[in-house]
Amino acid sequence: MYYGLTWAKIQEGMCLAIPVRIVSIDGDEAETEIAGVRRRVSIAFTPEAKLGDYVLLHTGYAIGVIDEAEAEETLKLLEEIASLSEVH
Amino acid sequence: MKFIDEYQDSKLARGLAYKIAQRSTKTISLMEFCGGHTHAILRYGIRQLVPKTVEMRSGPGCPVCVTATADLDKAIALAHLPDVIATTFGDMIRVPGSYSSLQQAKAEGADVRIVYSTIDAVEIAKANPEKSVIFIGIGFETTAPTIAASILKAQQEKIENFYVLSLNKLTPPVMKALLDSGEVKLDGIVCPGHVSVIIGSHPYEFIPRDYGVACVISGFEPLDILLCIDKLVEQIEKGEPKVEIAYPRGVKPEGNRKARQLMEDVFEIGEANWRGIGIVPQSGLKIRGKYEQFDAGKAFSVSLKPPREPKGCRCGDVIRGAATSPECKLFRKVCTPERPVGPCMVSSEGACAAYYQYGTLENSQGF
Ligand code: SF4
Repeated sequence: MYYGLTWAKIQEGMCLAIPVRIVSIDGDEAETEIAGVRRRVSIAFTPEAKLGDYVLLHTGYAIGVIDEAEAEETLKLLEEIASLSEVH
Repeated sequence: MKFIDEYQDSKLARGLAYKIAQRSTKTISLMEFCGGHTHAILRYGIRQLVPKTVEMRSGPGCPVCVTATADLDKAIALAHLPDVIATTFGDMIRVPGSYSSLQQAKAEGADVRIVYSTIDAVEIAKANPEKSVIFIGIGFETTAPTIAASILKAQQEKIENFYVLSLNKLTPPVMKALLDSGEVKLDGIVCPGHVSVIIGSHPYEFIPRDYGVACVISGFEPLDILLCIDKLVEQIEKGEPKVEIAYPRGVKPEGNRKARQLMEDVFEIGEANWRGIGIVPQSGLKIRGKYEQFDAGKAFSVSLKPPREPKGCRCGDVIRGAATSPECKLFRKVCTPERPVGPCMVSSEGACAAYYQYGTLENSQGF
């Protein structure tokens, strides 16, 4: 409705959820940022979200907090797999 | 962008593809439930990257596509009522119903507005107290909590001109319906990542237990999907189907309790009408009696002509995984994103739109 181009892209596909970073919190709303674009979102479903956390944003709501330790674990696993496959 | 770019690395993708090829001996059929997965799979050429033994089919996970024609007709009729503002997510507006579309209704003078969020729909209701604002609520478990939240907000703020037409649907019951029909033989399911952020991994447990079908929850970046396929292949090769999470940075086994609580407060489970599948018991969300005043299905009555399916369109088959989009005779020749015949070509999550955009090896962006 009233967002810039990036938002047009982000809005594509209503099932989409994208990771955005929380830059400030105000009750059950938060200011978030992705690629330089800021947006106020509801954090009513993620009361545990803290400043600096990445949340999955879906149609204006944070639906989950990204687990950074798990994210790193997954990347480590992927790198391990890649290095093993290089040996062959 | 963090948590996106690092899961698109081509070297890591080749590593995974190699591992999958090493593992895979049996010829298997996997269904990616979610339209978002179908798009990523076609866009990154994942079908070509996995070994020939692994066949991928798209499933019913596009909320716009599975909305039954009769329900679309109802939404369009509601939009035409006097003093009504119909609000909905962008993809819905161009979907052809039996005789019209929301876009056509708008061209004919109906007030139809696209919103990004249910928050916007509530704001429109606040700003237009003399009108009835109806939100056409589509979506799976990912979206249902946001619709529940809008109803709760309207109640708290005493916004009496806000209504929801709930066409929301549930994922595990339709998986059950597909497996029960036995039309498509499946060995594994790429389970939807963002639905699972809400519901967690437990609701899929009946699938490996009762049907022997492997279930792995996947994120939406190409490496997430390859990792999911690798885990599915591993389970199937070992003959040990179970539910696994290949998207642990987003999905916890218990899901998001808070979101589910809101959803359960506002909705009760009922049947839903799915395009191409029909009525599936226990697969829809109805607004509970205590929130009846917000239920557009109860507050307004419209008379409808019998629904008519677009002639020659195979969306129903595509949704069930029984046909691929290029198998539809109208695909690309008559049906294009500019002049879509069926919803699967309209929606940004529809399989036909994905095939149109990325369906050939030359078109897929690859890594
Ligand atoms: S290509 Fe068009 S007509 Fe054919 S199934 Fe897809 S949406 Fe329907």
